[in-house]
Amino acid sequence: MPLPYPIETPSQTAGPFLHIGLLPDVAGHDRHPAVLGRAVAGPAATGPWIEIVGRVTDGTGAPVRDMLVEVWQADAAGIYNHPADPRVADVSPDFTGFGRTHTAFADGSFGIKTIKPGRVPARSGTLQAPHLSLWLAARGVNIGLATRLYFDDEAEANASDPILNTIEAEARRETLLARSEGDGRYRFDIRLQGDNETVFLDV
Amino acid sequence: MSVTWDFMERDRRSHPPAYTPDYKTTVARSPRQPLLSVETSLSELTGPTFGHHDLGPLDHDLLRNHAVDGDPIGERIIVHGRVTDQSGRPVPGTLVEVWQANAGGRYRHVNDRYLAPIDPNFGGCGRALTDGDGYYRFRTVKPGAYPFRNYANSWRMAHIHFSIFGAGFAQRLITQMYFEGDPLRSQDPIAQTIPDAAALDRLMAPLDLGASLPLDCLAYRFDIVLRGRRQTFFENRPEGA
Ligand SMILES: [Fe+3]
Repeated sequence: MPLPYPIETPSQTAGPFLHIGLLPDVAGHDRHPAVLGRAVAGPAATGPWIEIVGRVTDGTGAPVRDMLVEVWQADAAGIYNHPADPRVADVSPDFTGFGRTHTAFADGSFGIKTIKPGRVPARSGTLQAPHLSLWLAARGVNIGLATRLYFDDEAEANASDPILNTIEAEARRETLLARSEGDGRYRFDIRLQGDNETVFLDV
Repeated sequence: MSVTWDFMERDRRSHPPAYTPDYKTTVARSPRQPLLSVETSLSELTGPTFGHHDLGPLDHDLLRNHAVDGDPIGERIIVHGRVTDQSGRPVPGTLVEVWQANAGGRYRHVNDRYLAPIDPNFGGCGRALTDGDGYYRFRTVKPGAYPFRNYANSWRMAHIHFSIFGAGFAQRLITQMYFEGDPLRSQDPIAQTIPDAAALDRLMAPLDLGASLPLDCLAYRFDIVLRGRRQTFFENRPEGA
């Protein structure tokens, strides 16, 4: 018999009203303090600034209009604002690395203004390609979905990224690439199921 | 330059699978491809941190944080517990966010159209940071059960939604707390997405008379266990450094 450990508390869906607790202004609340995670970085952060836009769709192609989209990322130099990063003392000013938004009730679209992250170390000692970690929750999603957003204009770094290289099917790898549309704007659509289903991670 | 700890692998058998057709919304929203297992890196071991400056003084007190001209209607309760990891260690300083319906089962949300009334003195949003022992505490009213569109007569048992960050982004968890002995448990299609009854038991908060305030508030205890951390030997050193 293996040594027993306490089980992790089971996940449950965030439900359709997750905005009340996580983005209270979106739920229509006006008597609560500032929303957390509204900005990944402030104006004094070291650039380059980028904008990510996208849309989340389900297995029928319908927009997912009630999804929490959370972002966690390193700064432009590849440093996380967290005590476990050995370089945290040098993290950019005015930079948390955490962002939280939601898909629009109207059409399932979302947008994030942020800093393009630098490369962070991989476990093997090599460098990972620039990426954002994403975490998604919604009604009908029983356990939060983790994925990553990479950049299609980082071909050289992407070619040696340990996670991208684990994905055998080229077409599936493409689901993790945000497409540059110029002027620092990238498109990243997320498909929960079906054709071109986004690669989700067991991190 | 090394990180000497790592997260234990997530045991997905204690969680609901993505596809649970009795909870109909999962049918079109569940990924069908297997999750890609990845080795944890600094990107997963780190995560957002929050401090007391991020919270308002009444954020943990749902009896007061949306009050306009009095207390909300309903059973006054304390919900409290500890956040620990699978190794039994407390998770201090982590953000716990809650949201819930009012005593009538109605959410204060632009999209909730249930016929039970809004309570002018209740918002249903709370936040707390765990203390050095991983302990958190809220004061609120017991939420009501409410119907939802699944089968024609589907009801949610009374619940409070919980969001917990943990020490790293890989510990991120959203769940729901239920109340011990709720008669709707076996009928609730969302609670029943958890395949293992003993795992669902972990979400049923027991009545905690010891922590109740006489002549004031009943208490319920909800302890939360996040993924464990373990020692590891990996050297997080870029080539040439
Ligand atoms: Fe709910």
